[in-house]
Amino acid sequence: MNFIMVTYIIGWILQIESAFLLLPAIVGFFYGEADKSLVYIITALGSFLVGFLIKLKKPKTHDLYTREGFATVAIGWIAMSAVGAVPFRATGEIPHYIDALFETVSGFTTTGGSILNDVEALSHATLFWRSFTHWIGGMGVFVFIMAIFPIMGGYSINLMRAESTGPSVGKLVPRVQNTAKILYAIYMGLTIVGCIVYMICGMSFFEAITTIFGTVGTGGYGILNTSITTYSPAVQWAITIFMILSGINYSVYFCLLRRQFKEAFSISEVKWYIGIILVSTAIIAFNIRELYSGAGESIRQAAFQVGSIITTTGFSTTDFDLWPSLSKTILVILMFCGACSGSTGGGMKISRWLIMGKTIFKELSTIIHPRQVKKIHMDGHVVEHETVRATNVYLASYFFIMLLSVLLISLDNFDFTTNFTGVVAMINNIGPGIGLVGPTGNYSIFSNFSKIVLIFDMLAGRLEIFPMLIILKPACWKKY
Amino acid sequence: MNIIIVGCGKVGHTLVQQLGGENHDIVVVDLNPDRVHSITDELDAQGIIGNGVSYQTLKEAGVENADLLIAVTASDEQNLLCCCIARQAGHCKTIARVRNPLYNEEISFLRDKLGLDMVINPELLTANEIARLFQFPSAVKIDTFSKGRIELIHFRVTKECALCGMELMNLKNTLGFNVLIPLVTRGEDVIIPRGNFVFEENDVASVVTTSRTASMFFRKIGFTSGRTRTAMLVGGGTISYYLAKRLLAAGINTKIVEIDEKVCTELSEKLPGATIIKGDGTDEKLLLQEGLESADGFVALTGLDEENILLSLLARRLGSPKAVSKINRINFNSLLSDIKLDTAIFPRLLTADVIIKYARSMNDSLGSNVENLYRLEDGKAEALEFYVKEASDVTDTPIAKLKLKNDINICSITRDDKIIFPTGSDEIKVGDYVVIVVKHQGMNDISDILQ
Repeated sequence: MNFIMVTYIIGWILQIESAFLLLPAIVGFFYGEADKSLVYIITALGSFLVGFLIKLKKPKTHDLYTREGFATVAIGWIAMSAVGAVPFRATGEIPHYIDALFETVSGFTTTGGSILNDVEALSHATLFWRSFTHWIGGMGVFVFIMAIFPIMGGYSINLMRAESTGPSVGKLVPRVQNTAKILYAIYMGLTIVGCIVYMICGMSFFEAITTIFGTVGTGGYGILNTSITTYSPAVQWAITIFMILSGINYSVYFCLLRRQFKEAFSISEVKWYIGIILVSTAIIAFNIRELYSGAGESIRQAAFQVGSIITTTGFSTTDFDLWPSLSKTILVILMFCGACSGSTGGGMKISRWLIMGKTIFKELSTIIHPRQVKKIHMDGHVVEHETVRATNVYLASYFFIMLLSVLLISLDNFDFTTNFTGVVAMINNIGPGIGLVGPTGNYSIFSNFSKIVLIFDMLAGRLEIFPMLIILKPACWKKY
Repeated sequence: MNIIIVGCGKVGHTLVQQLGGENHDIVVVDLNPDRVHSITDELDAQGIIGNGVSYQTLKEAGVENADLLIAVTASDEQNLLCCCIARQAGHCKTIARVRNPLYNEEISFLRDKLGLDMVINPELLTANEIARLFQFPSAVKIDTFSKGRIELIHFRVTKECALCGMELMNLKNTLGFNVLIPLVTRGEDVIIPRGNFVFEENDVASVVTTSRTASMFFRKIGFTSGRTRTAMLVGGGTISYYLAKRLLAAGINTKIVEIDEKVCTELSEKLPGATIIKGDGTDEKLLLQEGLESADGFVALTGLDEENILLSLLARRLGSPKAVSKINRINFNSLLSDIKLDTAIFPRLLTADVIIKYARSMNDSLGSNVENLYRLEDGKAEALEFYVKEASDVTDTPIAKLKLKNDINICSITRDDKIIFPTGSDEIKVGDYVVIVVKHQGMNDISDILQ
């Protein structure tokens, strides 16, 4: 393990974060919250200094193999969250550090599940930082570093693999730095367009910018206690559309930018994604038609909730805990489904389910023709055996961690629905579950121990499990 | 530039390593997924799994926007075809590796008719390199510039040599004429020596000379080994064939030891002047019987790197003044210098050097062209020759007044057939060929020498 290289990169992370921390400080000054701003500035300075000290020891070699890549990303995210939580605690707006950490991790991992009972009591600076963590975590801070500083050469693909989502992470263009730049350019584009659209639909600039952070990062922190419920239907539709756009594989946008329209619309994962959204919306809208005043409203409510859950955003416009069982069950299934790979969304990812589904058909086919040689295809390419195997293992470890977490937090003695959907909502980075952690509830009810378990789940979910597991394995830390 | 490399073997890997460090966008293509991954996992390149001959695969690799395609698969035919298709599909320059001697004889025809921009033959490059070494047996490596008129000769300082313990500034007095030593390698360090630099035993020094003064220089500093008259080659592959042909033409008595009878027969058909011995090259008795002790030169060219290294060690112990080993795969450079196996030839690096030179000289927009490029000591330093096309900050100013980067040595200027070993008062002019040695990498233009 090239420890010095790992800490060197962590130093970078802390310095980048200190730059990010200055933004809420500016917001604070703008809204006359100088005391809060000061906290953010001091945190930024501290983070910069620590990063600077860590970086004093320059690595001899820039080698960063797979295990260093995975471990760096996991530790980087933990370090980033630990620092990001400081202002919440220091401004006194979240009195306990564990709660503040939960809130930050939930932000960076774009989960959006809160421990706050009264969001509206927070200062503007803190509200901004809370939403901004979604934006930072959505595309990933390592990808951000790669876009700006080419510090690691070819090895940076190992970091990108660990941080980006989906079963097989590839590059859009030959060089990692350019790929990272393109991803962030698209991300930035979506953010700006979304912000303008929200403002046209009637949001104030502050509302629009914080909400779009939560939307494109597929996070879900709102700035009102009621999430999105009180906004106009136009705003709700706009958010629905931008949530769904954020859950699409970014290579689609890349193809569109390069005017390769045929390629853009032929990706099977995206077709399934759109199909699942349409079908689920239709079923739920029909199922809940009696609860709302007209077809228009029930379609809007259904579409918003489906979009919010499948992209793992976690905004809500209604208390879907009161919906009929069929609709609730569909939402829980969508929680597992997740968005497209290569997007900012969390969850299992549709491409993984497609690979799993095709594996099942292949297995059945092998029973009928035992000597058959059959490869799994997707979008005209053979899915390599390595990818299939990795997907299987991913699924297994995913459920293993999920069940273990459910077991651990059952110590708090809440009902099964709350425990189960709570863990599912955390590990898939969604936010609200069903029951006590539903759209109207929050995660403050859990004990500190459960919160730590859930923090682990959120990180594991965002980083796709293996980076978080590898740092628990002692062999990872040995030099030899 | 956008570069496509078809074939992810040893040369492909070296190329990605080198070109990737010079800010090019690289896509590699190979049929074997493992090979592609071994590159994309380590280096910053995009991998495409597929046959480089297929138009569809090339399109996927972005041939339409590519500037350069390099075909280095194992098969000559595939390389040629791949370049032809790329040429039709896009507007890129193409480089093909062709090793078969049969094709090599009609290479200019092939190159013109198939529209290739460059054809490289690693075996021929290697053979030429070895043949050149035989002209100066004291040298470890010789790089040539200005069509062979300037040589950068690397040699090891031995105890008997007059240089050992000498300060660089006293060199001129001892020799009676001026030579430039732009670079010294000590252990793993590469040093650009200043006037107070003292040579030690086992340093590898590089000297810039003209071919004429070189022999005088080596005589003066006490290397006495004369002309090579006899050479023994172990292994009868393509390199052996090319090398034997050149050595024979230079009047050197050449003996080839090869184990395969068929190959022996073939060689004796093609090389009537050479002595072909059928036998195991690792058999010490056989080698002694064939006069290894009295051979002036020994070259180990078998397919096994380990065998080549051991054979050279043996030859050196038995007193052969010049022992060369070909190394295809192994990359333990530090180890090789530890056992003082200086003259190791890496076909893979020779090939990569030629291609990188071509890639750098494709930058037409610059005011100078890279004419020659050699990477020294595993890429820790480079020797480059530039042709100065137009005036810039570098030209028409005395060198002493230029703000040069650290670790740069301007070795020679060739102007109208005159070779100048520059001092501070000389100027670089338009139309000059300038040779420099630097510790930086990736220089494209002569003005890159400025801070």
